[in-house]
This record gives sequence, structure tokens and C-alpha cells, in this order.
Amino acid sequence: MPDIASSVPISRAKETCSSAATASSPASEPAQADPLLEVRGLSVTLPTARGPVQVLRDVSFTMARGQTLGIIGESGCGKSMTALALMGLLPEGAQVSGSIRLDGRELTTLDERALCALRGARIGMVFQEPMTALNPLHTIGRQIAEPLRLHRGLSAAAARAEALRLLERVQLPQAAQRLDAWPHQLSGGQRQRVVIAIALACGPGLLLADEPTTALDVTIQREVLELIGELVAADGMGLLLISHDLGVMAQTVRRLLVMYAGSVVESGPTADVFRRLAHPYTRGLFAARPRLGLARGTRLATIPGRVPDLAELPPGCAFAGRCALAEPACAAAPPPLAEVGAGHHARCIKPGVAP
Amino acid sequence: MTDAPLLAVEHVSKQYRLPRERLFAAPPVVPALDDVSFTLQAGRSLGIVGESGSGKSTLARLVMALEAPSSGHVRLDGQDLHRLEPAALRQARTRVQMVFQDPYGSLDPRRTVGQTVAEPLALLQGAPRDEQQRRAAQALEAVGLRAADLAKYPHEFSGGQRQRIAIARALITRPRLIVADEPVSALDVSVQAQVLNLMQDLRDEFGLSYLFISHDLSVISLVCDEVVVLQGGRIVEQGPPARLFTQPQHAYTQRLLAAVPGMEPPTRPAAGAAA
Repeated sequence: MPDIASSVPISRAKETCSSAATASSPASEPAQADPLLEVRGLSVTLPTARGPVQVLRDVSFTMARGQTLGIIGESGCGKSMTALALMGLLPEGAQVSGSIRLDGRELTTLDERALCALRGARIGMVFQEPMTALNPLHTIGRQIAEPLRLHRGLSAAAARAEALRLLERVQLPQAAQRLDAWPHQLSGGQRQRVVIAIALACGPGLLLADEPTTALDVTIQREVLELIGELVAADGMGLLLISHDLGVMAQTVRRLLVMYAGSVVESGPTADVFRRLAHPYTRGLFAARPRLGLARGTRLATIPGRVPDLAELPPGCAFAGRCALAEPACAAAPPPLAEVGAGHHARCIKPGVAP
Repeated sequence: MTDAPLLAVEHVSKQYRLPRERLFAAPPVVPALDDVSFTLQAGRSLGIVGESGSGKSTLARLVMALEAPSSGHVRLDGQDLHRLEPAALRQARTRVQMVFQDPYGSLDPRRTVGQTVAEPLALLQGAPRDEQQRRAAQALEAVGLRAADLAKYPHEFSGGQRQRIAIARALITRPRLIVADEPVSALDVSVQAQVLNLMQDLRDEFGLSYLFISHDLSVISLVCDEVVVLQGGRIVEQGPPARLFTQPQHAYTQRLLAAVPGMEPPTRPAAGAAA
């Protein structure tokens, strides 16, 4: 072995070395074998005035390239915290365990510099409130050009031309005139299109959208969701959509995670989750939803009690205290993940099928 | 007076003046409401639907007499709210109260729940202190909280509980009309259901009427006897929710309905059937 190694000319060895280094960068050929995103046993603990609080517990999921995945749950369930963990933007002092691999590359151990190179380049982000995501002091053309200049090193002129192309892609009317517009001159829906254009600028592999349409009117919401769906399909991007709206999920994503008190309680293909409603919490969410066509005065089914304090979670199932089916075993230990169908799991000892 | 509807909005228009653009030109105006009329009988509830900028919240401000209409009248029990003397308006205000969208923004963080809930009584009726506290306790119990919560501060409550406190504050003057501007849109699904159920219980118990402003058609159909669809400050369609939402006549109502996300799976081809 040493003989063979020494027989390789030094210059050649150097070359191999440097090409190996570039090959490990994102979007290279060998990485195709890995899933786009693989999260394994992710737990996050935040320091608070009342001591450390675990806000994510053992979250695991996988996304293939071009797959659309939704995370649904109520305030404080950990859906936004999951997104922040993916981007390496967790609050100061957060302790992370478990693994997040994007294109086969571990993210939890990357330093800030490496994460900066990743955010906006491989991961595009769309947030809830477009007015706060945009800088009111810069024209939208300049804001779209920023990631292009930073990550792709384009010249000012080339970045501006590319920004125009992106604005046309997100179907902003009169894109050419709008390049020099300020955020306050646009409507909410138009601003969200600009934010999407920024997210798409560097052709990311993963688009992370955290409640992207919650601040918009219903008709605009539909347009923006359709736009996101088209762009994701056209570019083969993975979409991770975070929302509290079951209807939005039904229309936009193929796989769904339901989160409660920091854990994934149900996961599976969206259609199957909606049909089986295997976890009692998912069933409760469905029943509580006002639907068009309900007669006036209809009383909605509610989930009794309220979300437990994350600092004082019971040792067993976090939902047990509010669950009509709970039995002593539920409070004793966290329920295991039960398979209820192909690729469909629920963290419940009595996973059910809706009648 | 007995024949008069609880609330009558008659040909109400409201224009807002924008800042002057040129020195010698008249300042531009935005028509926020344009010739809006409807009536609401006691005990019934009316929903106002429309998108941002359609004039929903302007309408609420006019009904609350927080602003005066440019033309037209708002009558409560036959009294024109905007023609009343200040003392009479104060009296009229005990009959109409408001619940706002954001339960985090509408409660003063530095005042106890008891102070907040009793404030309308203190201001409008000058009731003695012990009477105020007794009624505040009643109001809290009516919305499913405890009298002991009077001494607590808003930060000790969840979003749904805060909205209950806001409703208790509205109830304390024993109003006949509650103007609710997007009262559940900031709440989580399961909490939203609790608050909607509560609002229906209170209506049945106290014979309240709601002027219920929302962009969510399914919420409106649950609470209201009649719906008004606003677009660009005009009423484009009006009727009972059952008819309006099954056979919408106006193109705008149809567009609103089509945009409501349903539970059908994604329509994109790749997303097909149960895989």
C-alpha cells in the first residue's frame, strides 16, 4: 500500500485532494444518493428563567429531493423551532443534540461562517410577515440582488438583470418598473412574492416556508400557495411548509408531520393522515375546525384543557391529560411510534382510525 | 323606539383625506365606505366579510362612534349615535361594546384583570368600587374564568384566556350589541373553537347581538344569521350564510369562496391518490 501511495506524483495527489474538497460541497454527484434532508433524534433545550426547557424532543424525519413536507401544530408545539434549528438560527444558549444532514452534510456541527454560506444559497426561506422580512430602506431590486452578489459573486449589473428575471418568475406585475420600488409601495401579496424571489435567487435545494400566507387575504393566499407549488415543482426543490392551517396543508404538501409539545405525534402521507387521523390530537384538531356549511349555532368539538407547560411535561404522553382515551399506561412512559399504514406512524398506544 | 331595529346603518359613506400632494391642489381622498346600508334586529347577528381594505374595520369604528361618517347615519335603538350630546353618547356606549383581534395588544399589561374588566363600568356608569368588583367577578365567571383571576395580570394567561378577558370586559356593561373585529383569527384552532362556542353561549344567555367582522367565511357561517360582503367599501352581496355560501351571486363572493382552502388533496398531478 505505501508503495502505491508514494508512486503517485505529489502534484497529482494535491489535485485529488482539492477536487475531493470541492466534491464534498453541495449539489455534487455522489450526494445524490443521500436524501435531501435527514433529521435524526433532534432535541433542543433552551435556557429560561425557570431553568432549561426542552422545546424539541427526539424529532426525526426525512425529505427526499423535490418532496413537499408540512409541519402542523399549535403555538408552542415546536414547528418554528424545528425550522430555526435547520437554519442554525436557534436562540443564544440553545443546546442541540441529534443530527441534521442536508445533502449528506451534518449541519449541527457547522460554524457560523459555514452556515452563512448555506443560508440563502442551499436553503431558501420565506417568513410569515413580508413587511418585516424586507428591509424598508432598500429597494426590492437591491434586496433580491444581495444573495446573488454574496453567494454567486455576480456583478451589480448581472445581479440586477437576474433580479428582474426572478421578479418575472414570481409573476410580479410590471416587474421592470418595480425593481426600484420600495417595500412600502407594494401590497402584502406582492411583498410576499418579492420574499419568494429572494428565497429562490440562488436556486436552493430546500425551501423553508414558515406560515407564508397567514398574514394574507384568502384569495391572495391561494395565489401565493399556487405560486410556491409551481416553483417547487419546476425546480425540483424540497418544500418544508410550516402552518397551523389544515386546509393549506391539504392543498400544498404530500407528507405531513403533526407536532405537539415538542414531539412529532403523527407523520405520514397527507391524504392518509387526513383519512385515518390516527393520533387523538390530530382527530381533535380536525373536529375543532369550523367548516363552511355548518349550520348557525353548531357547537364545535373542543380539546379539553390546554397545552401543557413545556417546563413541566409529564413523563408519559404529553397529550394524555387532554385525551379521552388515556389510560394509566399513557402516563407511565412516552408511547412508542406505532406504524398504522405504509409510511404512516403515530406516537400513541391506541392509534385509531376515524369512524 | 320599540320598533326601531337595534342597529341601523343608513347610506353611510366615509372618506379619508390623504396628505396634500401639491400646494394648490385639493388633497386626494380615499373612499373607505360608499353608501353602505343595513339593519340588525335585536338578538340577531350580522357578519361582515371582505378582504383587507374593503372597509370592514372602518365600519366597526363608525358603529362604535369612534369616528363620524362623512355622510349617512348610524342609529342604535333609533338614536343617531353621531348626533348625540357627549353625556347621551356615554350612556349609549353602555349598549355597544367591542372585542378586538389581538388579545395581546388589547389588554394593558400593567393593569390587573380586575381593573381592565371593570374599567368600562367605572368610566361609563361611575359605579361604586365593590359593585364594580362584584360585576367584574360575574363577567369573568360568565366567560369561564375564575373570580380569583381578577388579581392577576394579563401575562399570566394564554391567548385564548386573554380573549375571554376581553370578552368579559365587553360584557360587563350588559351591552346589547358586541362589535367583534376578527375576534378569533389570532387564536389556535382548538382555542378558536372554545372561544366561538363561548360567544354562542353568551348570545343565547344574554340575548346579545354580534356585529362579527371576519375574513373567515366558515367562522361567519357558524355565528351569524346574515352576512354582508364588502368590496372596496361597497356592499356587493347580502343574505343568510346558508344561501350566500352555497349559491353566491356576485363574482367577488364566488372568488372568496373558491379561495377557501378545502380538505381535498393537492390538485397538482404528481400529488395523486393515496400512495
